[in-house]
Parts: sequence; structure tokens; C-alpha cells
Amino acid sequence: MRGDILLLVGTLLLLMVLLSLFPARRWVVMVSSWNFFLKMILILPAVMILMGLFSIFVERETVVKYLGRGAGMKGVFLALLFGALPTGPLYIAFPIAASLLRKGARISAIIAFLSAWACIKVPQEIVELQFLGPHFMALRLALTVIFAVLMGLTIERILDQRRL
Amino acid sequence: MYTVVIVNSFACLCLIFALLKDSKRTREALAVALRSFLRILPAIFTIVIFIGLLMGFVPRETISQVVGKEAGLMGMPIVASLGAVLHIPSLISFPLAASLLERGASVTSVAVFVTTLTMIGIFTLPLEMRELGRKVALLRNGMSFIAAILIGILMGLIL
Repeated sequence: MRGDILLLVGTLLLLMVLLSLFPARRWVVMVSSWNFFLKMILILPAVMILMGLFSIFVERETVVKYLGRGAGMKGVFLALLFGALPTGPLYIAFPIAASLLRKGARISAIIAFLSAWACIKVPQEIVELQFLGPHFMALRLALTVIFAVLMGLTIERILDQRRL
Repeated sequence: MYTVVIVNSFACLCLIFALLKDSKRTREALAVALRSFLRILPAIFTIVIFIGLLMGFVPRETISQVVGKEAGLMGMPIVASLGAVLHIPSLISFPLAASLLERGASVTSVAVFVTTLTMIGIFTLPLEMRELGRKVALLRNGMSFIAAILIGILMGLIL
């Protein structure tokens, strides 16, 4: 948090120096900044409310209970779904994944869960949709799901072979 | 504009539903929301100013040379590594990506950057190794790196 504020102060200073040296660029810089700010602030409160609601209402135990159960490909897709729920940063997911591993969940499901948690979270998809458009967002989402499943299956196979 | 309307209505609906179900926990959730909002605000201001400067001072040709079509195949591992190492919150990486795209970056570079940024965590790697074991953590991060590049190439071909 303190680092973020220091960075902001530094950027502001840079902005003031550059704009006073090149007054002709003032207009372009301010209009672009303002447009991007507006685009962000129109969705950010809603995104934060969704994240807050999910983090309080979806309990960790529920996730572990459901993911431990699903077998086969169903387990992998459940893992993707649960990973995508808007519930906090990646480092929270590692302990959950570890407890799933101890409970005997498949490696493929755990890898899919972590990839989804990292990369296809609902808040991210909303912001991506807002800034990069529906085509970019939908295509990247589809490809990420495919690669997350493939990665899970491949890593599972590699680890199984080592065990034999 | 549609996105704004849909997202805000969806959030309102969820909020009403949550209030009806359990008002005490909803208040807790709103406190969490407000805290995360305030926490990300400085980063938002920083990136917005940064984008303004990028649009005003960095010529289109430069961006195109570094992360555009002219960068070619050599550009990709560099962009992918930058995404893996940099510690930018994913929420603010999308406006940055959009501004780069507007200024001549290729779809491939932008997609690779955003994907490695979210999927790979150099900072969280020690924690991941401790919780899941060295082998799983290294395999996941390594394969994510390759997957991100493939996703970027495919997106560049399709879009």
C-alpha cells in the first residue's frame, strides 16, 4: 500500500515535469488519462462489490468439499468453475490446493483449479471485457480453459510416470 | 457501454439477494469491498497517468517496434518474461493492455503479456513450492509460460 502511494507520487511528479516541459502535449495526455479513468471507475465499484460478496458468502470449506468429490473430467470442470469465482488473490489458493491434494483430489483438477484462480476470475473477465472487447475476452477465455485442462492432464501424466 | 450496464445491474441484483439472505454478512462483504477498492485506488491513478504519458509521449513506431508486428518472434519471449516477472495487479493490466493495443502493439504480444502476468507468479513461487511441492509448482509455472505463448499466437492468428 505504501509502495503504491510512493509510486503514485513519483508518477505524478514525472507528469508535472513532462507537462510543464512540453505544454503542447498537455491536452492529449489529460484526455487519454481521463478517458481510461472514466472507463475504469464505471465498473470498479461493481467489481469490488461482487468480490466482497463472494469472499464472504462462499466458504473455503464448501470449495474443498465439492472439489474433493468430483471424479474424472467432471472434477476438472468443477475445479475450473470454483477457481473462477471472485474470491481473492492467488496466494490464498495454494493452501486450499494443498489441502485438496492431501484429501486425494486429482492433480489435473488441482492444476485446473489454480489456473482458473489465477487467470479466469470473474472480476478479471469483467475488466477485460470492458477494455479489450468481447472478441478478445471470449477468445482468450476459451483458449485459457482449453490450455488449463491440457496442462492439468499433462502434468498429471508426468507425475504418475515418475511414481511408477 | 453495455458492459457497464450489465455489470452494474448484476452487482445490484447480487447485493439485493445477499441482503435478503443475510444482512449482517452482506455488511461484512461491503466492508471488504470498500477496503479492496481503497487499496487498489492508488494503483489505478498511477496506471491512468502512465497511460496518458504513453499516449502523449511514446511514438506509435516505438511501441510497434517493441511489442508490435515488427518485433517478430524474438519479441514474444521478452514480453512473456516481462509478464511473468512484473508484479502488476491483473485488474489494472487490462487498461494498460488496451492502451498498448491502441498504440500499435500486436494482439499476440498483448495476449501473451496479460496471460503470463496472471498465470505465472515469480513472487509467489516459493509459497507455491512449499504448499504443493517443488515439482508441481515448477511444472505448472513452466507449462503456463509455454501455454501463454501458444495462446497469444493463436489469438493473433484468429483476431
